Amino acid sequence: MATVVLKLGNDISTDHIYPGRYMATVLPTETPQFAFADMAEFNAMLRSGAVSPGSVIVAGQNFGCGSSREQAASTLKGYDLVIVAKGFARIFLQNSANLGLRTVISPDLEASEGDELELLDDAIVNRTTGQRASVIPLPKARQAIIDAGGLIAYARQRLLA
Amino acid sequence: MTIVQKILARATGQSSVAVGDIVEPRVDLAMSHENAALVINQFREIYKGTGREPIVWDPERIAIIFDHRVPAESSKTATNQKRIREFVAAQGIGKFHDMRGDQGGICHQILPENGYVRPGQVVVGTDSHTTSHGALGAFAFGIGATEMAAVWALGCVFNVEVPATMKVVVRGVLPEGVAPKDIILNLIGRVSAEGANFKVIEFHGDAIRSMDTSGRLTICNMAVEAGATSGIVPADEETVRYLREVAGVTGELDVVTPDPDAAYSEVVEIDASSLVPQIACPHTVDHVKAITDVAGTRVDQVVIGSCTNGRLDDLAVAARLVKGHRLASHVRMLVFPASWRIYKEAMQRGYLSDLIDAGATVMNPGCGCCLGVHQGALGDGEVALSTTNRNFKGRMGNPTAEVYLCSPAVAAASAITGVITDPRG
Ligand code: SF4
Repeated sequence: MATVVLKLGNDISTDHIYPGRYMATVLPTETPQFAFADMAEFNAMLRSGAVSPGSVIVAGQNFGCGSSREQAASTLKGYDLVIVAKGFARIFLQNSANLGLRTVISPDLEASEGDELELLDDAIVNRTTGQRASVIPLPKARQAIIDAGGLIAYARQRLLA
Repeated sequence: MTIVQKILARATGQSSVAVGDIVEPRVDLAMSHENAALVINQFREIYKGTGREPIVWDPERIAIIFDHRVPAESSKTATNQKRIREFVAAQGIGKFHDMRGDQGGICHQILPENGYVRPGQVVVGTDSHTTSHGALGAFAFGIGATEMAAVWALGCVFNVEVPATMKVVVRGVLPEGVAPKDIILNLIGRVSAEGANFKVIEFHGDAIRSMDTSGRLTICNMAVEAGATSGIVPADEETVRYLREVAGVTGELDVVTPDPDAAYSEVVEIDASSLVPQIACPHTVDHVKAITDVAGTRVDQVVIGSCTNGRLDDLAVAARLVKGHRLASHVRMLVFPASWRIYKEAMQRGYLSDLIDAGATVMNPGCGCCLGVHQGALGDGEVALSTTNRNFKGRMGNPTAEVYLCSPAVAAASAITGVITDPRG
């Protein structure tokens, strides 16, 4: 079971997720401190450890639009969050697969903050409301990388192949 | 096949590819900027435990341009840049542009003006506006830093799904005071910020054919704001002219064009002759209105420049409009040319002094205020009108400020009046 810790709308850009002014910070070990830095309350919650790994952010269409900055994925991966959105922007989706950040596409999930979700392979069950929402598979091109545990591991395999 | 299908077929050694095929195209050019610091880190990670030396696949195909934070705004950035310089020297990376007046500028200007991008190439960059280079008939798209690390190691992009293509046909002659920027803003407003997600936009029509490369760069630059993987203009005589005359390219050029029977996912038509200046309103790029709907909105800061609209023709338009006038007393105007080459040409032609005499602050080429890292941040609740390409909340360094996007003509006319102003008079 996973708790919805944040609910967002459409077109959440990489500037929301990881503001440009923190882009000099690049290492995946250091980026989590600036996750949603302009949303002071949520940022403080994350940093205080109040959000348990596997918690869910629910968003609308086009999550992660904007820049190619990988910090937007690594900052969320740092807390092991799961992003469930109606849709994702291409580069963000690709960065997530590469870094092992879990993303789920569900066009019809209805959920509020505090709801408990069960994430199945082909559906999401909202245990709080009883809704069973559909899941659209990720673009198949990314699957080999996800299966390898991320792009570093995948590229290493290919290098040695 | 569409032009991108053709390019991907060639880059994978196949006679054809279909939409949805998974391919691993060879990369002709791999571009990074300051985020090369992260790429280097991930590149070394790939080699950990393999017993192999981390050596890039082809140092001549890697370009690194310092533009996002020049001169360094913090010791952290300066140290990142120092590490990148050391890596560039150690690996013998050929296309390195440091922050120097004789070679520097914004990555999406440096690549075309130095002739690094050619028609038919596969170009990747750790920057979402890598779509710009489709203006020269290349398939150019943004990737993340770890993806780039894999490119540096192996020379190809893994697991690319051949994208579908949206055809956009732009017909007619742009009226006076209306610019290529207005065409792309209009398109983004129509199809929405995700309307072209996972697709390529191929640009056609006599308005595109008769447009110079600068205008095509503006249009392809912002294709990503409609969610597109890339924008692309089939190479033609203008592409060849630009590459020969401006970029100094010699030798053979491989002009790839789409087949007449290429299949498109949809066709969008734009009548350029009926367009009016367009404004993207806060806080999304697809929140586009005709200028008549927002004229009169007070602005605090006007920005002209960036990879979108910081070229010589953009500065010429701005200089012409402000010449002999003074900025409204409450307005500050920042101008940042897209490269030092453009800066020098604008200086020689007197554009910069016209702008300065009107009250503008001319900044060094670089990304500066465009991404809100340094230079020209906005105060609480302030309003900016900018020729850049993004207006997301916080984009110019302040989440309580607002950013409107427009063409250079609208920006310059508005700087004089202090409110959003129609440049058509
Ligand atoms: S000018 Fe702005 S949009 Fe262009 S590369 Fe720089 S930060 Fe990106």
